[in-house]
Amino acid sequence: MGLQAIAFYLMATVTVLAAFAVVSARNPVHSVLFLITAFFSAAGLFVLLGAEFLAMLLVVVYVGAVAVLFLFVVMMLDVDFKSLRQGFAQYLPFGLIVAGILTLEMIIVAISIATKGAASKVTGPMASLPDVSNAETIGRVLYTTYVYFFQAAGLVLLVAMIGAIVLTLRHKPGVKRQNIAKQNRRGPKTGMVIVDIKPGANTKEGVEGE
Amino acid sequence: MPTTPDFWTTPLGWFLVHTGQILAVVVWLLLSLAFLLWGDRKVWAGVQMRKGPNVVGPFGLFQSFADFLKFLLKEIVIPAGADKTVFLIAPILTFVLAFAAWAVVPLAPGWVVSPVNPAILYIFAISSMGVYGIIMGGWASNSKYPFLGSLRSAAQMVSYEVSIGFVIITVILLSGTMSLTEITAQQGGWIWNWNVFGGGLKNLPLVVVMVPMAVIFFISALAETNRPPFDLPEAESELVAGYQVEYSSTPYLLFMIGEYANIVLMCSLFTILFFGGWQPGFPTEFMDGWNATLVSFLLFLVFFAKTIFMFFLFAMVKAIVPRYRYDQLMRLGWKIFLPTSLIAVVLVAAYRVYTGHA
Repeated sequence: MGLQAIAFYLMATVTVLAAFAVVSARNPVHSVLFLITAFFSAAGLFVLLGAEFLAMLLVVVYVGAVAVLFLFVVMMLDVDFKSLRQGFAQYLPFGLIVAGILTLEMIIVAISIATKGAASKVTGPMASLPDVSNAETIGRVLYTTYVYFFQAAGLVLLVAMIGAIVLTLRHKPGVKRQNIAKQNRRGPKTGMVIVDIKPGANTKEGVEGE
Repeated sequence: MPTTPDFWTTPLGWFLVHTGQILAVVVWLLLSLAFLLWGDRKVWAGVQMRKGPNVVGPFGLFQSFADFLKFLLKEIVIPAGADKTVFLIAPILTFVLAFAAWAVVPLAPGWVVSPVNPAILYIFAISSMGVYGIIMGGWASNSKYPFLGSLRSAAQMVSYEVSIGFVIITVILLSGTMSLTEITAQQGGWIWNWNVFGGGLKNLPLVVVMVPMAVIFFISALAETNRPPFDLPEAESELVAGYQVEYSSTPYLLFMIGEYANIVLMCSLFTILFFGGWQPGFPTEFMDGWNATLVSFLLFLVFFAKTIFMFFLFAMVKAIVPRYRYDQLMRLGWKIFLPTSLIAVVLVAAYRVYTGHA
């Protein structure tokens, strides 16, 4: 138990400090790196809770894919650090209001779940089933009780994906596109013309001469 | 394992046992890497009708150790414009992650540092983080070629992770577990129980799906580890050495060892997922009465031999296949491997549901 407490406080501290560094770091790339640290230690907290499946998913999806794209975009942008930091004092009250509203919402949701939602029926911490793994437990609930929500979430993601593609897809006229099948079909017979040029047949003697 | 239970179950004993196991795996891995690196260069040289390393020690066997000493003794040069902290963290991250993944690899019956349940997910998570070492290294160098290399590798590794993920899902569906130990155990008995043949005679129709999946896994593993023909992040003809340009001495060594540890990890994962891990391909019941450690050691040799064979295939591919163009690489990943593996997931899932066996 003592070891778990040490691990918890270590990872909780790292998570909070890294999350603070995300907003306070001067360099946006450092911010993203701190964000990754926060994600990773949050995954560690999940492992401590016994939710190893969620922890692995957090690392695979957020650290391994989402944050890579963040980093990708932030590195590609030529960010002007000075102008970024100029509006800090100006936007601080607004940011604080947004943060306050979010915190309030989370507290309200947590309270209502604890009193009226799924957690209200549970009197004590549930012992995990002995022979059923984490992933299996989630799968059983996800594909039975919550299957419609699951499908709806999938649809939302699909719509978002199609939207992103539609927004970025442009058919510019005059752009040469590659047709791989056509390229592969190209061989010496179709891609090459052998011309027999007789010596002196196509030159105009005296035109280029001095 | 606990010979004197009173000591080995105390926190200190537990700590010592696990540290010892981790050290054993790491030392074994580093030693194998030294010779595998030599083997890689020898295979490459052999294909090109050269001799390869042949000066240090018999047949040049100690070449890797000479290189190691050279790397350690050279000066670490950090570019003036580099982001020093990130520049040095990047190779360390690559190195640590490459070795961390080995914690869940079952080397032989009972020989695994941490037999966690979602072992495959753990390896997948760790390997998906491997891209950070390269991105951070390329960005922190503050130079054009490393940056281009790291951008390429970010796109490439993320793309091929998707198809690797789907291939792994087919294996998970087939064996019904995410534990590597369990997956290996299920492939015991005769050779047709290996997952590449569908995992047992009753699943033989699945051979049509699993053999292409094994091929896709192999090719995706090449792309995931930035091996030729997918070594675009370090393509020397375009980017000099990609993300490694500014690295010298020990940081470069860490990058290289991490890269090779990842390659061997992919080889062993390929072995475990598709070719039975430490299962020799025939029933091992006749070993039942033998000393457990001896049996484990013999089966470990089987696993090691298979992994080395896969590494040999990697080396041959490096020597034979020319480098892909970047758009071809992306096309292969997204337009061919992703749909194919997606269809395979549906097929295997449907087979499991509608045939009722397996």
